[in-house]
Formats: sequence, structure tokens, C-alpha cells
Amino acid sequence: MDHLFRVAFGLTGVAFLAVVFILGFCLIRFRSHPGHRPLYTHGDSRLAISLTVGFAILIFLAIDVNLAIHDHWAWREAWGSPPDPALALKIEIMPEQFAWNIRYAGMDGRFRTGDDVTTINQLYVPVNRPVIVQLSSKDVIHSFFLPNLRVKMDAVPGLVTSLYFQATKTGTYDIACAEHCGFGHYRMRGFLNVLSEEEFGAWLAQEGREGPQDANWGWDWKER
Amino acid sequence: MGLGLEGKMNPTDTPPSFLRRRLFSTNHKVIAVLYLLTGIFWLAFGGLMTLLIRWQLAYPWQPIPLIGRFLFPESGGAVTPEAYPMLFTMHGGIMVFFAITPILLGALGNYTIPLEVGARDMAFPRLNMLSYWFLVVGSLILLVSFFVPGGAAGFGWTIYAPLSSSTEVTPGWGQDLFILGLALDAVSILMGGINYITTILKLRAPGLSLRRLPLTQWGLFFSAVLNTLWLPIVAAALFMVLCDRRLGTAFFVAGPLAPRAGGQVLLFQHLFWGFGHPEVYILILPVWGLVGDLLSVFSRKPAFGYKATVLSMLTITILSGVVWGHHMFTSGMNPLVGKAFMFLTIAVSVPTAIFFFNWLATLWRGSIRLTVPLLFALGIVYVFAVGGLTGLFLALQTFDVYVHDTYFVVGHFHYTLAASVLFGAFAFIYTWFPKIFGRQMDEQMGRLHFWLSFVLLNMVFSVMMFVGLHGHMRRIADATAYEFLKPIQPLNVFLGWAVLGLVASQILFFYNFFHSLKGGKPAPANPWEAGSLAWTVSSPPPWHNYEVIPQVWCGPHEYGAPGLTDRDWISQADPRAKTLGES
Repeated sequence: MDHLFRVAFGLTGVAFLAVVFILGFCLIRFRSHPGHRPLYTHGDSRLAISLTVGFAILIFLAIDVNLAIHDHWAWREAWGSPPDPALALKIEIMPEQFAWNIRYAGMDGRFRTGDDVTTINQLYVPVNRPVIVQLSSKDVIHSFFLPNLRVKMDAVPGLVTSLYFQATKTGTYDIACAEHCGFGHYRMRGFLNVLSEEEFGAWLAQEGREGPQDANWGWDWKER
Repeated sequence: MGLGLEGKMNPTDTPPSFLRRRLFSTNHKVIAVLYLLTGIFWLAFGGLMTLLIRWQLAYPWQPIPLIGRFLFPESGGAVTPEAYPMLFTMHGGIMVFFAITPILLGALGNYTIPLEVGARDMAFPRLNMLSYWFLVVGSLILLVSFFVPGGAAGFGWTIYAPLSSSTEVTPGWGQDLFILGLALDAVSILMGGINYITTILKLRAPGLSLRRLPLTQWGLFFSAVLNTLWLPIVAAALFMVLCDRRLGTAFFVAGPLAPRAGGQVLLFQHLFWGFGHPEVYILILPVWGLVGDLLSVFSRKPAFGYKATVLSMLTITILSGVVWGHHMFTSGMNPLVGKAFMFLTIAVSVPTAIFFFNWLATLWRGSIRLTVPLLFALGIVYVFAVGGLTGLFLALQTFDVYVHDTYFVVGHFHYTLAASVLFGAFAFIYTWFPKIFGRQMDEQMGRLHFWLSFVLLNMVFSVMMFVGLHGHMRRIADATAYEFLKPIQPLNVFLGWAVLGLVASQILFFYNFFHSLKGGKPAPANPWEAGSLAWTVSSPPPWHNYEVIPQVWCGPHEYGAPGLTDRDWISQADPRAKTLGES
């Protein structure tokens, strides 16, 4: 994504500077003064039309096709190879106004069973392991946003959407809601706790012994 | 010709009573001025709201000095979590639908179309009056909505369901009134659109072929086409939201909140953006046209590549209908569909680039007169370059996953929808004020207004994009609640003061406008030495514009043609144009 940003920034930067430079040049060089006759042209000569068409083709290839290709590469790099569901950690998240309900399948690997682990606003994931999140919503649209990992996915009532990510550094990071969801939108904050594999295993086992705090939501994992 | 309008109307007739002449009039110029004043009222209203928004973001939950006690007495003068969404919702709704639309379509369209096509009025004068009064009723409903229990609407101007469509999450009647006001405004714009299309197609003066229309009129024409195509869709969607709220239907409600099954939450977004993206072009097309005309007039050169410009407008009109999905990349949309929307969206850059090519080529080797209208036109070229180019970033599906719903989006669409379109409104007012009111606006004050607005506005919207790149979500009331946003909180403070400066510098405009109404120098018929038809009649024009419908001989941009000796331009109605050998 960094590469894509640099390419887009470079291309648009050149275009922007070209516009500003020509604009400034015209304003200095072609100011009205007595005795100055402007060029009389409608820009409909064969030369002008060829220039216009050539310019349009240049823009199309240099900017549009170029950016589309780079976006394709960036997409493939970021989300081109979905993690193996057998190895990834699966999490269901069901936000409501204004909190994140989070559910782990527990030791049996199946959701909506007695050993599920649920938390509110505290998401625990192991470092360097792919995580697949499935999202829905209890009330309005929310958007699950991990700013430090630069991923975002809407949580839409009536639908199950999904995203995956892999954290590479341990620590605590913000979870934010990116879709306006009501007067408490700004404080719909959660915490992404990236733990080492051992710490995570210990945490999950500890929570699993206590049983689910709230078993009234969740869905059978949607394999796709 | 056409609708038999000329037969019924005596060009010298003016209605007898003051009210029929100034308020309840079917005359396009009176209606245009009413639109203009209504738009300016809402512009000031929506503009002042930004001060409250930026205060809250700069100094979260602190009492607002001076006015806070009157606005939010129950919280001791601070913005409350309940009030904040109302502020940004009403700011957005008011600016898009009640400030910019009335000025750029209502006033610019109504005032210039009949004058520039050589007609005595719009094709349907009564429909025109009805469309204005729909806006008035909509405006009143909007004003009332601030005072009902529960306050004004707070679901965002994009009205996303089910936040908007379920009374369980947004119970107040203010929410319904907002939707109703918007729907009435949509109907008003739709009626205007039908009128513009008919007038431009059927009431053109003899000799005024479509290839001789000023570019502003082309912009207004395509904008009106988009209006008539897409506004019915959003109006229907708005009524469906009202049905969901009050009649127990479930078009846009799903999940645990839904009273019954079968609703589709995302359907609303498709309907809204199906209209909402064309809406951007509805507002910007007339501005593009205006820029083309103004650059030509003030560089004393014909508009370069007239046909290419009009074809580009047509291309964008068509493309605008198939790009809405780029607002929904993170809604769970299939990435393959997203890819199609991405490619269609960035394809818009081709016709847009042709505009820039033609604008710069018009200036090239011109004889540039740096007047206030030209300053604003050049300002549009600059801010639209920024707005258009940053749009490319958002169109990239991969990049959008990060910046979607952040201030990067807010900064981008304020460059296009606020900066470009607002400068378009100012360019229109500074250009046409002498014609409309028969007085000149003050030149020096206009320059100062431009430079202050230009500098401050760039500060505001570029810093917004910067904090967006940092991940700052839009529509949050308090960025200090987040660890990752703490480092950029000083920029929110900076934005607060920059916005205060930007709003304060608009006082220059308001003073200039209202003072010049009475105190400005009397304006000649053609202060800018422009060639189009409107500038052949007196300032202000006679009640029915043209005593004799003019015969048109040439295009609107005949400046600096060889063979002209006494002056460097020729009017479209000047028979000497025949000898110029111009089509």
C-alpha cells in the first residue's frame, strides 16, 4: 500500500505541478498591456485536435491504466492470498451502539457452543498469526477500523462481512468505529492487544474455563 | 417558436403590485434573485455552524465562549455528544442542498439561461415559481426541525440506514423533518431541471445553434439532465426512509433491529450514491462551464477547444451515473465489483484533463485582465486540480480501505464540493452582480476577499487531508479519546483558528454584496466587454429582457478576431460577425 501511495502521489504531484507552473507562467507572461494582441484561435484546427486527443490518450495510459495496475498489485499483495482457515484465528465481532462484542470459538473451534470466549472492547490476538474476523451488527452500521494496521470493514446489520489481518508487533493499539453510528460514535473505542503466542494461549485457556459471559449472539462461522 | 410564449407576453408588461413584482413573481430574474438571497442566507447559516464543529474538535467539551450559553444552556455552553452529530448533519445538508444548489442552479441557472439564449423568460414561468416556493417550504421545515423536542437530524447528511430509518436509534421528529425538507428540495430542483432543459432546447433565439451556446449554459444543461435522471431516485429513497420510520415498513432495516424480515441496509447506500455521485457533477458542471467562459472573456481569446470541452462534459455526465460504488468499497462489496467501479471512476480523469488542457490553452498567449471574476475562475482551476487529483487516491480500492471515512475524504470533497463550487458561486456573483443589480461591486474588496479565502481555504482543507492520512475518522466529536490521534490534536486546534479566519473573511463578501446594492457605482450594460447575448441588454435588464428577440450571428467567444478595429470583441447579436467568416 505504501508503494501504491508513492506512485499515486508522484503521478498526481507531477500533474499538479504542471498545472500550477503553466498557470503561473501564463499569468506572468500573458498579462494584458497596451498594444498587445492575443492569439486568435478556437483550438479547432487539426493540430489542436490531435494534441487534445494525444493528451487524452497520454493521461489515460500514464495515470489511469498505470494506477489501475498498481492498485491491482497492491490489492494482491495485501489481500491476494487469504489465510488458511485451518491455521488462522477466527473471531466474530458483533458491534452495537457503542461497543464491540467479540467472540472466540474456544477450544472446540466451533462458535455458539459452551466453551466460547466473549469479551467487550478488548480484542486479543497472537502476533504473527493470520486473523480472520467476521462482522455483523446488532443495530446500525458500524465500521471496524484498525488504524495502525490500516484495515477497515463495515459491520452491516443483516449481513456478515469479513476481513483478515496479521499483526507483526506486540502491544496495545486502538480499535475505532469509522462509520457514524449515533451520538456515542466518537467513544466507540476498543483495544487491540497483540500478545505473544504463549501469552495468547494462556489468556484463551483462562477465559475458556470461565465460560461465555454472554451467549445470546453469534453465528455459525461462514465458510467461503 | 416553440411554446407560444412570445404570443402571450407583451415585453413591456410589468405586474402592477409590489408583491407580484418582487416576491410572488414568475419572472425568471426575480426568482433568480430570491434563490440567490435564500442561498446566501443558508450559506451564512451553514458556514457559522462550522465554527461550533471546529471549536468542539479543537477544545473538546469545553464551553464555547460568548455564544455557548445561549446555544447549549443545559451543558453550560459546551457542545454535547447529542448535539455534535446534529451540527455536522445540518452543516452538510444545508450546504449541499440549501446553499450551493440554490445559488448555482437556482440563481445562476434562472438568471442566465433566458438572457443568454435570447428568451424573454423560462419555458415554464409558473413551474419556475413553484420550484422556488418548494425550496422555501423545505427551508422552513429545516428551520423548524432545530426547535422540536430531540433537536435536529443527527444521522449525517448521507442519511445512512438504519441509523436514519429506525426510530429506535433516532427517535426525534427533527429527523423526519430533515428528510421531508430534503425531499421537498429534491422536488424543487427536479422542477427547475425540467425548466432548464426545455428553455435551452426550445427557446433559443434564431441563429443560436447549440454550437453557439455559452459554456455555462452547456454546464447548466448537462446538470439539469442529471437532475431529472437522478433526483427522482433519491426522492423516492427518502420517502422510503420516512415509511420505514413511521409506517412500519422495512425497506432499509435488517438484523436484530428490523420489525420484519426482507430489508436490505445497503440498498439505501446504492440509491443514495446512485444520486449522490452525480450530485457532485450536478453542482460542478455549471462551474466548469463558467470557468471556460470567464477564462475566454478575461484572456480576450476564444475558448480553446469548445467542442472538446462540451464533449468532455457529455462524457462526464454519462460516467457520473456508473461510479457510485466507489463510496462503498468497505461495505462488504465484492472486490471484483469494486475493481470495475474503481476503473470507471479513474476514467473520469480523461475528460477532466481535457478541461484543464483547454483552460490553460485558452490562457496561453492571451491578453489577461486580472479582474475579480477571473481571480475566482483561476482559483477554481487550482482548487479543482487539488480536489480532482486527490479523488484519484480515493478511487483506488486498496488505498481507500485505509482512508475511507477519514478526514482525507472530508478534505477531498471540500476541495471539490466546497472550494471549487463555492468559488464558482462567488465567480458567478462577482461577474453577474452588475447585470443583476445595475451596480458594480467594490473591486479592491473583492480581491482581498479572494486572496484571504484562497489562502485560508487551502490551509483548512489540505490540513484536513493530512490528518485524514493519519487515520483521523470523520464525524467523531473528540479525537483526544484515541491514542493514535493524540499527536495530531494540535492540528485540530490549528484548524479551529483557520476556519475562524476563513469564516470571518467572508464578512468582506457580505459587506461588499449588501453595500454595493445601494452604494455601488452604476454599471454599464457590458462592464466586462463580453460577447454573449445577456450583455447586449441594459443593466439591470428590462422586465422581459428583449423587446425584439435578437438574431445571433456567431459563437459567444469572439475576442481578438482579426479585422476588428474599434474594439477587440464582437457581440453574438452583431451582424458584422457575418463578415468574420465564422460558422
